[in-house]
Amino acid sequence: MRNAVQNILKKFGNDRGRLMDILKGVQSELGFVNEEAKKLIAEGLDMSYVDVEQTLSFYHFFTDSSRGKYTVYLNNSAVAEMMGRSDVAAAFEREAGCKFGSVTEDGLIGLYDTSCIGMNDQEPAAIINGKVFTNLTSYDVKDLVAAMRSGKVVSDLITKYGDGKNSDGLIKAMVANNIRKSGDVLLTSHKAGEGMVKALDMEPAEVVDIVKASYLRGRGGAGFPTGLKWDFCRKSNGEVNFVLCNCDEGEPGTFKERILLTEYPELVFEGMIIAGYAIEAQEGILYLREEYEYMLAYLEAVLKGMRENNLLGENILGKGFNYDIRIQLGAGAYVCGEESALIESCEGKRGEPRNRPPFPVQKGYMQQPSVVNNAETLASVVKILKNGADWYTMRGSRESTGTKLLSVSGDCKYPGVYEIEWGIRVRDILDMAGADDVQAVQVGGPSGECIGPKEFKRTICFEDLPTGGSIIIIGNKRNLIKDVVLNFIDFFIEESCGSCAPCRTLPPIMKNRLEKILNGHGVMQDVKDLEQWGAKMKMANRCGLGQTAANPILSTIRNFREKYEELIRKDVDFDSGFDLAAAVADSCEYVGRKPNL
Amino acid sequence: MSKPIVATTSLAGCFGCHMSLLDIDERILELIELVEFNKSPVDDIKVFTKQCDIGLIEGGCCNSENVHVLKEFRKNCKILVSLGECAIMGGLPALRNGIPVKECLQEAYLDGPTVIENSGKILPNDDELPMILDKVYPCHEIVKIDYYLPGCAPRADLIWNALIALVTGDELKLPYEVVKFD
Repeated sequence: MRNAVQNILKKFGNDRGRLMDILKGVQSELGFVNEEAKKLIAEGLDMSYVDVEQTLSFYHFFTDSSRGKYTVYLNNSAVAEMMGRSDVAAAFEREAGCKFGSVTEDGLIGLYDTSCIGMNDQEPAAIINGKVFTNLTSYDVKDLVAAMRSGKVVSDLITKYGDGKNSDGLIKAMVANNIRKSGDVLLTSHKAGEGMVKALDMEPAEVVDIVKASYLRGRGGAGFPTGLKWDFCRKSNGEVNFVLCNCDEGEPGTFKERILLTEYPELVFEGMIIAGYAIEAQEGILYLREEYEYMLAYLEAVLKGMRENNLLGENILGKGFNYDIRIQLGAGAYVCGEESALIESCEGKRGEPRNRPPFPVQKGYMQQPSVVNNAETLASVVKILKNGADWYTMRGSRESTGTKLLSVSGDCKYPGVYEIEWGIRVRDILDMAGADDVQAVQVGGPSGECIGPKEFKRTICFEDLPTGGSIIIIGNKRNLIKDVVLNFIDFFIEESCGSCAPCRTLPPIMKNRLEKILNGHGVMQDVKDLEQWGAKMKMANRCGLGQTAANPILSTIRNFREKYEELIRKDVDFDSGFDLAAAVADSCEYVGRKPNL
Repeated sequence: MSKPIVATTSLAGCFGCHMSLLDIDERILELIELVEFNKSPVDDIKVFTKQCDIGLIEGGCCNSENVHVLKEFRKNCKILVSLGECAIMGGLPALRNGIPVKECLQEAYLDGPTVIENSGKILPNDDELPMILDKVYPCHEIVKIDYYLPGCAPRADLIWNALIALVTGDELKLPYEVVKFD
């Protein structure tokens, strides 16, 4: 083990900042990072054991003990549940002979839940040893487990590859693209270098001016003006600037970066190059969520090709600009999609959001000025440079120019990615997706807004309904509170980094209250409490995750109040829901007495 | 006008909150001029003899007896006050809440280092004994609680100020010294 660990440490230059890659490397080698390995890493990086431990324990996909020769991570997002996840989970437990959260006695198969893996358009889906399996049924599970028992390699279990580059020799995934609507900005043909050639002929400040003139806003969801962000970064006094591309799309229901990286990786990388030129950086980092590791070899090959064509590296296209890109793999943490948490993660630490100010444009990666942009934002930049800001602003709405990739999933005929112009009505999206029996639409994922039919005339844009792109359609047959809201709250409980006390403690308390309401013991005060606590969450947490974690409850109380009122008791003001018989059952059974109620 | 009536009890608590109540020192003479005590360890009245205005609850609920007493208080008092950490949050006794009750009983009566002699492996199961709850519940998870006085124990001045406010209807005085805990 010593040798294996030391080789990995050497590969990353014994650099603490690369702890994520080192842990990943050791885990790939040994299957886990146990105490001995942690000690060796701490020694090799001249850091304390607990510092290694805290990074390791933070991420969902890192482990200090074996999770089986075959490790199944089955997505538990709300849409996965809608598409029959519980049957698939039951089949896995039955066939493997162990419960979720554990490994079979012989150590062969481990079963684990995981948050949305970016396959909402083809659920139920699972990641098995890094490979993605989609549209799973209980029949598939039987075959999969049998194949595992016979010792087959996981990649051999994939019999049919998806469309487009999914069948590329370096990807070989059964994932389907499901591109349902292409626009003329992003999901359209692209000749590598077209945008950057124009950029490199200008002064960096001119590039920033063009991006400003395009009114491009961040596509991760928050919508900060991209040109302004770059300008702030340029004006910060640092030694060296960095570009970070955010491909950690963890918001349940979003999978647009999957499409961009599968079909248009050059476009994303080129956007990073233009950003790098504009802020005069020399290095860019693309943060790729571990769930998309299946694309890693392919993306590395694309980068290699770009280096060979002198689109990356020294003296790019003879313009005297030096710049390169590396890919940083995540390890399973929704909060790392928050820009300062992403930076922490790139530095090999726990993905905990930083206090702001200073903002990343002032002190970001390695405490240097850094621009963190969503992959879709950077891809759009390329087309803006190629065709000009005026061309771009002809699309979209007044305050939301251009096009947007929507990830549509849930109860509809055509789940997938749609490139639309900002300003489209929700009703029109539903028509395109073939959704006719709709109870609610979750716009912007769990952290967004849940709206009902009365509001389907509203439009997708920063002026009305902003979104990072997740559109989850919830049919009339669903129990909105039980099937959707409760699932979303579980997601936030699971993904909280735990740094801010309200985000760590309130969601479980709110979940208890929600369950009390679902169990028929709710009263009006419970609804009032939920509203009041939810408002506190917005005020008292550091990052977007905590601030929006109560949104599933708040927005359904706001837009579907009648569903809560149907469930609560009107005959009393107070019902604690306490059940004495249930509370004493265990102890009475153990000591051997009949409960005397 | 008759005096407001106060009842108090200690459930799964340590009586520390009651000790703190006694810490109002000589003001206790003033207090008995202002209020009448009914069921309470202070005067040793065991059962409610009349409807009360204010009930002070120390401790959370760890067994069926606690639940029973708490419900009695709710029935007999107009206003219920959770007094101190254990009533409000479960407090120290709630440290067991992460452990299944069977394991707690096993540790207490069979395997723990303080078990000197229990060769018959006897677990207390007489019908007269209260039944142990699966976890320790704060009072508001059982009945409606009107006010909360935090602290372990709440300072005498806080209890005094709160009682005076309830009795007189004046606004509760909460100077910093009374609610700071470190």
